[in-house]
This record gives sequence, structure tokens and C-alpha cells, in this order.
Amino acid sequence: MIGWSIHFAMKLLETCRDILPIAATIIGFQLLVIRKPLPHPRKTIIGFFYVLLGIVFFLEGLDLALFPLGSLMASQLTTPEFLGVNPLDQAVFWQSYSWVYIFAASIGFATALAEPSLLAVALKAEQISGGTIRAWGLRISVAIGVGFGLALGTFRIVTGSELYLYIIGGYIIVMIQTRFAPKLIIGLAYDSGGVTTSMVTVPLVTALGLGLASAVPGRNPLLDGFGLIAFASLFPTIAVLGYAQIAQWLSKSSLSSKP
Amino acid sequence: MFNNPFIKQLFGSFLDLVPILAVVLVFQVLIIRQPIPDVGSVIVGTLFVILGLTLFVHGLEQSLFPIGESMAYAFARKGSLFWLLTFAFCLGFGAAIAEPALIAVAEKAATIASNGKLIAQTDAAKAGYALGLRVTVALSIGLAILVGVLRIIRGWPVYYPVLFAYVCIAVMTPFAPVEIIGIAYDSGGIATSSITVPLVTALGVGLATSIKGRNPMTDGFGLVVFAALMPTIFVMAYGMAI
Repeated sequence: MIGWSIHFAMKLLETCRDILPIAATIIGFQLLVIRKPLPHPRKTIIGFFYVLLGIVFFLEGLDLALFPLGSLMASQLTTPEFLGVNPLDQAVFWQSYSWVYIFAASIGFATALAEPSLLAVALKAEQISGGTIRAWGLRISVAIGVGFGLALGTFRIVTGSELYLYIIGGYIIVMIQTRFAPKLIIGLAYDSGGVTTSMVTVPLVTALGLGLASAVPGRNPLLDGFGLIAFASLFPTIAVLGYAQIAQWLSKSSLSSKP
Repeated sequence: MFNNPFIKQLFGSFLDLVPILAVVLVFQVLIIRQPIPDVGSVIVGTLFVILGLTLFVHGLEQSLFPIGESMAYAFARKGSLFWLLTFAFCLGFGAAIAEPALIAVAEKAATIASNGKLIAQTDAAKAGYALGLRVTVALSIGLAILVGVLRIIRGWPVYYPVLFAYVCIAVMTPFAPVEIIGIAYDSGGIATSSITVPLVTALGVGLATSIKGRNPMTDGFGLVVFAALMPTIFVMAYGMAI
């Protein structure tokens, strides 16, 4: 119990250091540049205390639950017994790992569909486009985008191919789409990539990638383990731009077909 | 008094975890069919995550977000360009340093780097590497917000800085050490999470509302993407430097 309290106090101190810059920015600018007192000093200080405690519990919980869960799934889905291959056989084909891709795709699809900030973005997109883009259609296309992105990302880890080929290929697709997409939606589409990588998705997906890179023979976590988050933040942009494009075509063709 | 919103928030945090837990559970029960080791600690950890998220979001909504948002609007409306840009930089830097997902993943990256003998296998070396990574990311996000604010003021199209960042990343990748590329590409998505996105969006929308000829619906966006790309460039440069 004493050991745990010391550990807890140390974490609390570390977290104090972590939130110091943002607290100093907000309070410093309020007092020195805007030159007004804080509107609710008591509430603010209590709020910061909640943030502190929240980060400590969250990080502790990550180490106990989400990180182990991600690496456990990676190792259980890649054991030779589960794959049904000879453990001495080093050359495992990428086709054997299909459950890994399905798992990654399901995680991506489910978390993106349930993401509250994506709902907000989708509603805003519906507003900007004047109803051409439907909020639900957008959410589903982003969820498909994230699911496909994560599946492709795990495929890359299994095959050990170069990360930059996929990502820079994706950049080229985004640039071509930007050329043709409705101008109003571009900023929002770009930003939607940052929206799908929430606080709970990032640790689980990271642990999945690192676990996969250490479990698949011939892969190295140092070289192959990271990169899944890059896929998860690039593909929503492609999905939103693609959906906006299709929605525009559909509404144009329905307009021109009317007499 | 705060019981009611707190419980609501607790439920909201639980909902954030539901999709992940559901997918994991379905796979465990239907496909893997093996016992999970340490079920107890996973359950305790999940409860910690839910409690932590709740306190975190509740605290942010009481302290940082209302002040940060009203300040973003105030700075955007009047105030000198110098103070606006300074505020934008500090806001980006501070938010990224406090980002819990970045804290956790930077630690993970340090462990991987030390197991891979990229850095010394001591706690001090790992802490130094993790902090270096986070400060690099935070500096780049600060700079990204600063440039993004300039873009909104000047009225540049949103794809100019994005195209520039894409070209930088493509040109730098062949020269960066191979061990850093994965974490560099990931760092942007990790850092644009719970604190950065709402504050930065508020700044962008506030700015676009207050400048004549800018449309908050369209010009207000585009700050987050730049904040997600800049860290890749900076972390690759950090990898070349160490």
C-alpha cells in the first residue's frame, strides 16, 4: 500500500509538470495580456485538479488494460496453433493472417462509427454542403476508411513492406482528390483525419501494431511496429473527399435527369 | 450538485470504450476461444481508464475549455498580430505536452528503442528519449498552429501548407533513419487528440468568424491537419539529429 502511494504521488508530480505549459499559457495570457482576472478561479483550479487525477488514472489504466489487451490480441491471433501452421516453418504466407486483418478492420470501423467528435464533424459537413452530404453517409464512409486503413496497415506489418510507399501513395491520392472535390469541404475533410484518433483508440492500436511486429517471424517492432496510426489518420481524409465527390455527382445527375 | 453531470460523463466514457470491448469480446468468445490471462487486472485497468477519462474530460470542461475558447475568440477579434501568433504557438505547445495519448505512446516508443539497442538500456535514457520526442512534437504543433493562423489571416487556400508538408515528408523520408520513420508518421495522429483538437478548432473558427470575407464553416478548418503533419517532419529531423 505504501509502495503504491509513493508510485501514485510520483505519477501525480510528473503529470503536474505535463499540464504546467497549458495552464501557464491560459492563465498567463488571461492575466498579463488580456489583463482581466480569471472568471471563475475556484472552478478553474478544481477543474485542473480533476484533469491531473484523470490523466494519472487514465495512464495507469492503459498500462493495466488497453496496452496488454492490444498485445494479447496480436499474439493470440498469430500463434502457430491458431494459424494452423507448423511452428518450425519460418515462411508463413501473408494469407494465413486473415483474422488479424479482420480484427484490425473491425476495431477501426467500430471505434470510428462510435466516435463522438466524428458525429459533430459529420453534422457540420451536412450543413456546409447544404444537405448534399448526409451525416450518416459520411460517418459510414469514414468508418469504412478507418477499417480499411487499419487492415492495410496490419497487412504492411505482416509483409514488412515499406511504410512510406503506402503513406506517400495516399498523399498523392489526396492531392488528386483535392483537385476535383467541392472546394467548401476540403478543410473539413483534411481535419477529419485527426478526429478519428481518440485517446482510447491510439493506445490499443499502437499495442496491436507493436505486438504484431514482435509476433510475426522476421519482423522487428523497432522497424515495423509503428505506422498504424498514420493509416488511421490518412484514410478518413480520402474517405470524406471521396464521399463528397460521389454525393456531388449523384445530386448533379439527379438534377440533370429531372425535366 | 455535480453528481448528475458527473454520472452522465461516466456513462459517456464507458460508451467510448464499448466498441473496443465489444470487438475484443466477440473475437475472444467466437474465434480465439482461449482464456485471457490476468482478467482481474484488465478489468481493474478498464475501470481506471473509464474513471480517468471521466475526471479528465470533466476537468477540461470546467477549466481549460471555457477559458481557452473565450480567449481564442478574444484574441481573434482584436489584439495585435504578435500576441495572436504567440498565443497560437503556446496553445499548441502546451496542449501537445499535456496530451495523455502522446505521454503513453512516447514511453512505449522509448521502451522499444531501448530494447532495440537504439538508446542505452537505462531508465534515464528512456525518460530522456520520451521527453525529447514529446517536446519535438509539441514544438512542431505550436509552429503548425502559428502557420495555420497566418494562413487564415492571409486567406491562403488550405491545400498550400498541406501540399508543402506532403512534399517535405516525401523528400525527407529517404534521409531519415529507418527506426524513426514509423513513430514519425504516427506522431501527428497521436498528438491531435483530446486536448489539441477542441482548442485548436475553437481558435480557427473564432478567427474565421472575426475576419471579414472569411467563412467560419470553410476557412475555420484546416488547422488540425497541419498540426497532424508537422510533427512527422520534426520527428524525422529529431531522428537525424540524435
